[in-house]
Order: sequence, then structure tokens, then C-alpha cells
Amino acid sequence: MKKVLGNKGAVAWFVLPALILYTAIVFVPIVWSFYYSLFSGSPGLKWKFCGMKNYFLLFKDKNFLDALIVNGKYIAIVMVGQVGLGLLLALMFMFWLKKCKSLVRTLVFFPVVLPTVAVGELFAKIYEIQPNYGLLNSVLDSLGFHNLVQAWLGQASTALGCLCFMDIWVAMGFYSVIFYGALLDIPYDIIEAAKIDGCSGFNLFRYVLSPLLKPITVVACVFSFSGTVKMFESATALTGGGPGNATKSLSMYMYEVAFSYNKVGYASVLALVIFLICIGGSSIIGLFDKSSKEDN
Amino acid sequence: MNALKAEKIAKGTLIRIFIFLLCIVEIYPIFWMITASLKQQSEWTLKPAYALNSGFYFKNYVDAWTRGNMAVFFKNSLINTFVALFFIVIFAVTVGFAVTKMQWQGRDAVARYFQLGIMVPVVTALIPLFQIYNKMHLINTRTSLILAYIAFGLSLSIYLITGYLRSLPDEIMEAAVIDGCGIYKLMWYVVIPLMKNGIITVLVLQFFFKWNDLIFSMTFISDSSLKTVQTGLLYFQDEFGGKNWGAIFASVTMSVLPLLVIYLILNKAIIEGMTAGAVKG
Repeated sequence: MKKVLGNKGAVAWFVLPALILYTAIVFVPIVWSFYYSLFSGSPGLKWKFCGMKNYFLLFKDKNFLDALIVNGKYIAIVMVGQVGLGLLLALMFMFWLKKCKSLVRTLVFFPVVLPTVAVGELFAKIYEIQPNYGLLNSVLDSLGFHNLVQAWLGQASTALGCLCFMDIWVAMGFYSVIFYGALLDIPYDIIEAAKIDGCSGFNLFRYVLSPLLKPITVVACVFSFSGTVKMFESATALTGGGPGNATKSLSMYMYEVAFSYNKVGYASVLALVIFLICIGGSSIIGLFDKSSKEDN
Repeated sequence: MNALKAEKIAKGTLIRIFIFLLCIVEIYPIFWMITASLKQQSEWTLKPAYALNSGFYFKNYVDAWTRGNMAVFFKNSLINTFVALFFIVIFAVTVGFAVTKMQWQGRDAVARYFQLGIMVPVVTALIPLFQIYNKMHLINTRTSLILAYIAFGLSLSIYLITGYLRSLPDEIMEAAVIDGCGIYKLMWYVVIPLMKNGIITVLVLQFFFKWNDLIFSMTFISDSSLKTVQTGLLYFQDEFGGKNWGAIFASVTMSVLPLLVIYLILNKAIIEGMTAGAVKG
């Protein structure tokens, strides 16, 4: 047994190809980004060492600040929407829905499997105003809300909201399934006992379920956070960052700086900022789980 | 007593209406998309957008498939996704097995090293990767995408597989070894068949990740004969002009339908697979 499992040649065959590929394509580029971030211009074109200058540029760059604010708003709205509605749906599956549980669950989960770009194109047409009214505007129009008919994606005030709605619509079912699984794991005795003690409705949720659901809530938040920090695909497909910079995320700004303006050095700084926000934010959210474990 | 009963019925009806509305909100856009893809151009100006299609105008699909290059995009997406999935599964099982069941120095360090990648955002590696590919003349090749897909799929897949492998009892392997199984035979005839559930989970999860990839294919591929479905859709409007709604809807529907069918057949496995990343991660 030991000889078979201690076979060094087999270990090498099993691990090395994946290790080399992973190192070359995931790890080396991250380290490489640090190196790039110390240069100005782009490789082969005015490529000069400039020390920390790119990092100082960050504080003076209004576009960066705008993207940071847009990205922040997006994270806040979508995270609350996805996790909150997911939890609400799961509670509904658990306590309200007697029949057709799996049918409703299948339907609600369905948008999760759709390609982001296809969803983006679809919603672009739903919000459309020119050349014809899209679904939303035509429904509003025939219901008599003529003053609500507007270019949903064409104005800065509504574009981000429309984007958030789309992403919540897509992922709500995903979070509801996660929460529903966690609710099923709670022994029914506990809920029964609480009900006998006269605890029901909101109090049942507040004092009995929510502490038990805390670990999975933290997991869901980390998941939602790391998905929303990367904000790129859905916004690219729905609005392309516009109007103006109203829906341009950090990733999209970085992409533009790197591949349209060819400022590879500065774009690397932006890439590192995204990396740090992603890791830092997830660890901070993760802390909530640890602190609750220490309490017990 | 009667009042209580009436209240209960009212509450039940309200809940039913709410659930019904919810299902409508989740499903109606998809339904609308399918009907819209069968409309003629004139229907858009004559009738409101929510009207049903008056006929079945399949020419939209023909347009999208041939003039819109959807046939090519589909082929590319299929090749890229399946080659990548094949290697992801092989690597995930072999590395997962090596770091959980085999005895060698540094295995925990290697496991942790792979785990680090779970949180890495794709955009962080994008710029250097583009430069590396550029120097190696890999831009505009399928290889560039497939390599990136495999590498970025590894961390989570290995993590999930190790979770499944930990619960695999050592006795089964011991019995096989006593019967004279070598390490490679053990892997092929004992471990892989027992890991079926784990492998399905990884396949489902990674299939959707890779099939939906936009950022890599957008960055590394500019040749339209190598574009995938996602990048193809994105540039579709440029090729057809924003006004040919029928063809746009047909192409979007076409990219959605295969997934819809797969989902309706395998919905339980897919729901489990997709959420495993969060629940076990």
C-alpha cells in the first residue's frame, strides 16, 4: 500500500503538468503585474521604468475614482439584492410553498444557466426605446404610464439600476437554492420547539433561523462579493460602460486603459487594485463567520 | 373562527399570487425572446413589443446561422469548452488524488498553492498573459483560450474533488492494491469510477464557466473565424446593424436554447453542481 501510494514517479505525473500550467498562466502573470506596474507606456512602445509614479497617478485619476464609485454602488446593490432576495425565496420555499416546490425551484434557478452575454442582449432589447419600444416601454405605454417611458439605458440616472436589476434577476435563484439547502439542514425539532414556545413569523426568523443561517450567509456574501467586484461581462453586454462612464466598472476601465489606450503599466496598477479589493473584501466578510464561531 | 379561516385563505391566495408573479418575472423574458425571434421586421413597428408573433418567421434563424456566422461560433465554443473540460477533469482528479491520498513531501503546500487561485480575479492576470501570448504568437489561436480556460478552472475543481476524495474510504484502495493493482490501474479502475459524482459536479460547474467566458475570448481572439458564441453575440449588432431585431433575437435564442434543453433534462444535477462551488467552497 505504502509503496504504491508513495510512488514518486506517479506523483510527478499527476501533479507536475497541472502545476506548471497553473503557475505559468495564473501565478506568474500576477507577479508579473507588479513588475509591469513600475513602467510607463507599453512594452515595445515608450516602455520606461518610472518607479512608483503609476501608483501616485491613481489618486489624481478622476476616471479611476468614478469607476470605483460605480463599482462600489454596483457591489452594494447587487449583493444586497442577490443575497437578500435569495434568502427570502428560500424561506418562501420552506414555509409557504406546499406544492410544486421543485417546479418553482427549477424555474427560478433557470436564468443562472444562461450565458451572460445573451442575457445582456436580451435585456438591452427589453429596455430599448429606439427604433421601437422594447418590452418594458411598450408595457408601460399600454398601461397608460406614458411619462415613465424613457431611454432606460440611455441616461446615467437609470442605467446602473437597470444593470443591477438584470444581475439580481439572473442570480437570485442561485442564492435561493444555497439558502434552501441550508434551511433543510436545520433539524426540524428546533423549529418545532420554537413554534411550541409561541415563536413564529418574523421572530422565528430573527431569533432561531438567522443565527443558524449565519455561516451560509457569510459564504453567500463572499460569493456575491467576489462575483460583483469582477463586474465586467454583464455591463459590457448590456451597456458597454455607458452612457458616458455611468456603468463603467474598475475591470472595464482597466481593460480600456490596457487595450485601447495602450498604457500597460498604469493598467497593471489598476489590475492590482482589483486584486487587492477582491482578496481584502472577501477576507473581511469572512471574518464575520470566524467571530461568530469564537462566540459559541 | 370563520374570520380566522377567511384570513388564512386570503393569505394563501396572496402567497399564491406572489409566487405566480415571481415565476412570471423569471420566465417571461425568455418566453418573450423566443416569440420575438420569430417575428418579421414589420411586426415591430406595427404592434407593441409584447405582442405575440403573428407567424413563424424562421428566416431569422437562417440569417443568424449563416450570415451571422453562428455556425462557426458554435463550433469554436464547443471545441474550446470540451477540450478544456477534458483536461480540467483529468488534472483535477490526478492532482486531487495526489494531495489527499498519496504520501509525499510538500503535498499540503501544493494543495494550498492551488487553493490560492480560487480568489484570483481573471482581470489581474489578463495584461501579462496577453503579453506572454503575444510573444509566443499564440494570439488568435484556440490554444490560447484553451490553456487559459484550463489554468483558471483548476483551483476550484481541485478543491471540490479533494472534498469528495477525503470521504473515499482507504479500505477500497487497500483491497485493490492487495489484489495487485498498480497506481495507474488503481486510478483508472477504482478511483475514477468512484469519483463519478465529483466529476459530474466539476463538469457542470466548469462547463457553464467556460461556455460563458467573455473576457478571455474578447482579449485573445480578433479573427472572426475563431470567435466563440459570447464574443460573436457581442459583435453581432455591428454586423447586422441595430435594426434587424429578428436576427438578433434569433441568435440570442440559439445561444440559449441548447442550455435550456440541457437544463430541463439534467436540472437536478445542474443545480447541485452549480451550487457546490459555493456550498463546499
